[in-house]
Amino acid sequence: MSVETTDATTATATTPSRPPASLGREALRRLVRNPMAVVGMVLIGVFVLVAIFAPLIAPYSPTDNSWLDQVRPGQYPGPSAEHWLGIDPLGRDVFSRIIFGARQSLLIGVVALALGAIAGIALGVLAGAFGGWVDTLVMRFVDIMLSVPGLLFAIAVAAMLGQSLTSVMIAIAVVNVPIFARLLRGEMLGQRGADYVLAARSLGISRSAIVFRHVLPNSFTPVIVQGTLTLALAIVEAAGLAFLGLSSSNPSTPEWGRMLTDAQETLTSAPMLAVYPGLAIVLAALGFTLVGESLREALDPKFRR
Amino acid sequence: MRVHRKAGRVLALTAAAGLLVAACGGDDSGGSGDSGSGNGDGGDPKTFIFGSSEDPKTLDAAYVSDGESLRVIYQVYETLVALEPGTTEVVPGLAEEWEISPDGLTYTFHLREGVTFHDGEPFNAEAVCFNFDRWYNFTGPQQSGDVSYYWQTVFGGFATADLESSPPTSRYGSCDATDELTATLNLTEPSSALLAGLVLPPFSIASPKAIEEGGTDIEQAGDSLSYTGGFGSEVVAGTGPFKFVSWERGESLTLERNDDYWGEAPALDEIIFRPIPDPTARLQALQAGEIDAYEGVNAADIGAIESNGDQVVERPAFNVGYVGFNNKLPIFQNEKIRQAISHALNRQGLLDAAYPEGAVVANQFLPPEQWGYNQSIEGYEYDPDLARQLIADSGETNLTLEFWYPADVSRPYMPDPQAVYESFAADLQAVGFTIVPKTVPWTPDYLQNIQGDGLGQLFLLGWTGDYADPDNFVGTFFRQDRPEFGFSDPAIQGLLNEALAETDQAARQALYEEANQAIYDYIPGVPFVHNQPLLAVAGHITGYTPSPVSLEDFDLIDIEG
Amino acid sequence: MLRFIVRRLALLVPILLGLSVLLFAWVRALPGGPAYALLGERATPEAIAAIESQLGLDRPLWEQYLQFLGRAVRLDFGASIQTGQPVTEEMLRRFPATIELALAALLIAVAVGIPLGYLAARRYGTWIDNLAVTGSLLGVTIPIFFLAYMLKYVFAVELGWLPTAGRADPRARADHPTGFYVLDGIVTGNLDASWDAIQHLILPALALSSIPLAVIVRITRASVLNVVNEDYVRTAEAKGLLPGTITRRHVLKNAMLPVTTVIGLQLGVLLAGAVLTEKVFAFSGVGQFMADGLVQRDFPTIQGFILVIAIVYVVINMIVDLVYGLLDPRVRVS
Repeated sequence: MSVETTDATTATATTPSRPPASLGREALRRLVRNPMAVVGMVLIGVFVLVAIFAPLIAPYSPTDNSWLDQVRPGQYPGPSAEHWLGIDPLGRDVFSRIIFGARQSLLIGVVALALGAIAGIALGVLAGAFGGWVDTLVMRFVDIMLSVPGLLFAIAVAAMLGQSLTSVMIAIAVVNVPIFARLLRGEMLGQRGADYVLAARSLGISRSAIVFRHVLPNSFTPVIVQGTLTLALAIVEAAGLAFLGLSSSNPSTPEWGRMLTDAQETLTSAPMLAVYPGLAIVLAALGFTLVGESLREALDPKFRR
Repeated sequence: MRVHRKAGRVLALTAAAGLLVAACGGDDSGGSGDSGSGNGDGGDPKTFIFGSSEDPKTLDAAYVSDGESLRVIYQVYETLVALEPGTTEVVPGLAEEWEISPDGLTYTFHLREGVTFHDGEPFNAEAVCFNFDRWYNFTGPQQSGDVSYYWQTVFGGFATADLESSPPTSRYGSCDATDELTATLNLTEPSSALLAGLVLPPFSIASPKAIEEGGTDIEQAGDSLSYTGGFGSEVVAGTGPFKFVSWERGESLTLERNDDYWGEAPALDEIIFRPIPDPTARLQALQAGEIDAYEGVNAADIGAIESNGDQVVERPAFNVGYVGFNNKLPIFQNEKIRQAISHALNRQGLLDAAYPEGAVVANQFLPPEQWGYNQSIEGYEYDPDLARQLIADSGETNLTLEFWYPADVSRPYMPDPQAVYESFAADLQAVGFTIVPKTVPWTPDYLQNIQGDGLGQLFLLGWTGDYADPDNFVGTFFRQDRPEFGFSDPAIQGLLNEALAETDQAARQALYEEANQAIYDYIPGVPFVHNQPLLAVAGHITGYTPSPVSLEDFDLIDIEG
Repeated sequence: MLRFIVRRLALLVPILLGLSVLLFAWVRALPGGPAYALLGERATPEAIAAIESQLGLDRPLWEQYLQFLGRAVRLDFGASIQTGQPVTEEMLRRFPATIELALAALLIAVAVGIPLGYLAARRYGTWIDNLAVTGSLLGVTIPIFFLAYMLKYVFAVELGWLPTAGRADPRARADHPTGFYVLDGIVTGNLDASWDAIQHLILPALALSSIPLAVIVRITRASVLNVVNEDYVRTAEAKGLLPGTITRRHVLKNAMLPVTTVIGLQLGVLLAGAVLTEKVFAFSGVGQFMADGLVQRDFPTIQGFILVIAIVYVVINMIVDLVYGLLDPRVRVS
């Protein structure tokens, strides 16, 4: 199977074999002991809580431009007691915008992940469960999608769909479809010869039942790992697309990538306006990445010593 | 009748005054050490590096209308009549003087003596007529609107009409080389704007030999047009103060001083145009001393530029930015709504926060410097309470409007459309409108959606004058039905058509002032700014003379120290 | 082996065909359409109609697609809207810049990533490990353009150590026979020009290297850990071989297998990541041209670049597979 090796995720050969239940508990134990994982989980926790309770935390509405008269070109009031992170060039409270921005970023990440994962898993299951020409057809399609580097693909899709939050989410999701499809197909093929599958077959259990009751649940862990990493990537990619002018059509709704991009225009006079959203993106994405990587290690027997 | 037209449309504009100030600051002359390439005549060469936003399309002047191409072309070529630097005043160029026949159909140009093209060919009446005949005989894709825009604006059509879009008739009759230094231009109908048009770089006189040797083909390549001719990319020969040296696309375009220039010799040895598309990157390159000037300065960066010892140069405003209404929508046919919006927008607030100090709130669709501007119009006050009252009086209940703004573009009247949108959207929401944002890239989508298909409801748009005639502003907007404004007012159109046909200057002016009052009363949209586009120029540069029509002579530039 | 190559090359055909359909459909689906992209600001409905008939945009779609395909096979994508020059010429002109940048970034990533990954693995679970891993992961989570602006602000604008933009000092007027500026300096014997080009490369390459650096650290670390736990290493340890010998003979040699694969794959990713970096540094490569093309709706350019990058990407993948097969007998293809 030469095709698999072209994919980074499988080439790393770190896809864990099925851990038995006790191993899962063991993995969790190791995860909690790993300082990187703990830092990651704290970051994710803060990020999600802020996103959920944004209206309670933020002192002002993110679109309230009441302070426009305090703003002059190149002179934006810095942090003060009323405005913890100062006022932006259009007379709005920066802190409130950062807080509300968590919502958009989380939304983009989650929706893009969900769309990409569902479509990818469906394709992967289709290919893995049926094999034969279905497999060939699906994997050929996946090959075409993978023949264009991810960011480039997302750019093309977003450019075609036009300026909207939906098109950004779809663009990022589309990039993830082939990754999940490969992951799932690999899992399915790997488990096809597993003892429990052979046993179930010999008992005359139908193919769909085997797939949905046994194989799919067992593929859950690598999907979780990939999903966590995808979330991080989605947040960063959204910022990249925003920099290329591909983001929501409503600039008034705060979104970190857009804020970071817009802040480049005032980089010399107010660099902190870029640092705040930049830092927010880095911390949120780092949280998911740390947890994802730690999870991958915790589940992988070779990291036990 | 011998008219030595020199005055005509003089614009009292803030010329070179402001920029010679603040030229102090012994900022390092920039650049990393090994520049090399001294051209022999002693000392370091004086090199001026301009950070452009993109490469020129071609240096074949007849084919372009974009700013970056015109900027380079303006240094290399010259036109029969020229502009007094920093103004829109027409002065002698390659023609020392000219006569216009009483019927306005014959223009006799007396050419400057002793001028040679960069390739050594003599400049004479034959060369002038060669160029005019070339333009007139454009065929096929050369006739498309984006290739020969300015010819079509000034002269109309061609010898043959090859495209459906080609104008059916031409104002151009013929060009006769009466003698070595006399060229006679015969028109088929008089045109009051001819001389003002002829100063534009697309009417540059190029060496006939260079044109013929280089080739000027335009080919259809795939879905688009390609300039395949070598003239304008490999072979370039005009009569200007600088001559073409080399062009490494995407990297740099180099010009050097024309030592045989007929006029005053430029102080610079060399000009390099360096494309840096990202505006922040241009600012940083200036701060690091890698470029000496760039266009499109963000108002927020003025402080940083000046504190670095560099200068900010203001171009006289010759533009208007406006919020347009699509008047075919029922809600905009309600006069109270149009009035409400004009009172709801905090234009001064936006300008104070995001525009340079020189920007002024507009209340007409043409700039105050343009004759025809109606001085008696006061403008609508920012008054949100009155706006709410007007909305209540209007009886409209569905107050949801799509507000269109272009993405990823900076226009002279609107350096940051998104900021304008965000600010105005907040104002409108504050008085009770519900605003739905709509944004697409400037070309082609935005212009097609707004100007082609009239899809806009509220929309941001504007105009920069090509030449100093009110018809170039209000005539463009309102003389005919336009999809973006979606209304047809016989009174306004009648006034504008009458004004265009009128030949008496005083009468024309009165007609345009009347038309501006009528437009102001109708409110087809809200003009909000006459901006002063900004340029940044390094501290050690002197003599950068900003032009209201963005045509700046680099031969006036010198480098101190 | 030959059969493998032929089979992989044959696989390219459906991939590229599929991609060409996607790209063709993509442009046709664009709002505004090609005629408007061409005419721009001054377009009138009549002019659009004229251009459409002139360009054959009024013919049936399948006919237009066949035309497009016929030209694409000859690598003819028409002229760029931005410059009016043939897209193929623009690609040839700008690809060396991007490849030079990608290679420089990869060089940094490899030179820093492999030792760091190795160190992290040998100090597994210690603070060094955690620091190395977290640090490299930061590279993936920082938006690349943000990092680029920061690097530029500090090292070029504030400290003035390195240039802010471009590939070379335009005043130097160096010759560029190959388009690879560092190489050009060597070829033409102008070492100053090479040095100038290297200075211009450092910051963009650093910014671009952040992602492959993280990946290489991760893979090196994982793969060293993997090998260290292998039986043959344990046997070697049991035999009492010196740690240095074990490292050289067994660990590094075997651990480098997956790392080489990833390095090859990263090259393709770098070519795409250059879109953001080049824009910030006005580095006149493919990426910047694409980013500008995106704003100006330069669809012939975008079509051409995506197709060419895809070909490059797929071919690199194929070579990586081949190398992998050569290096590791266990994976050799039947």
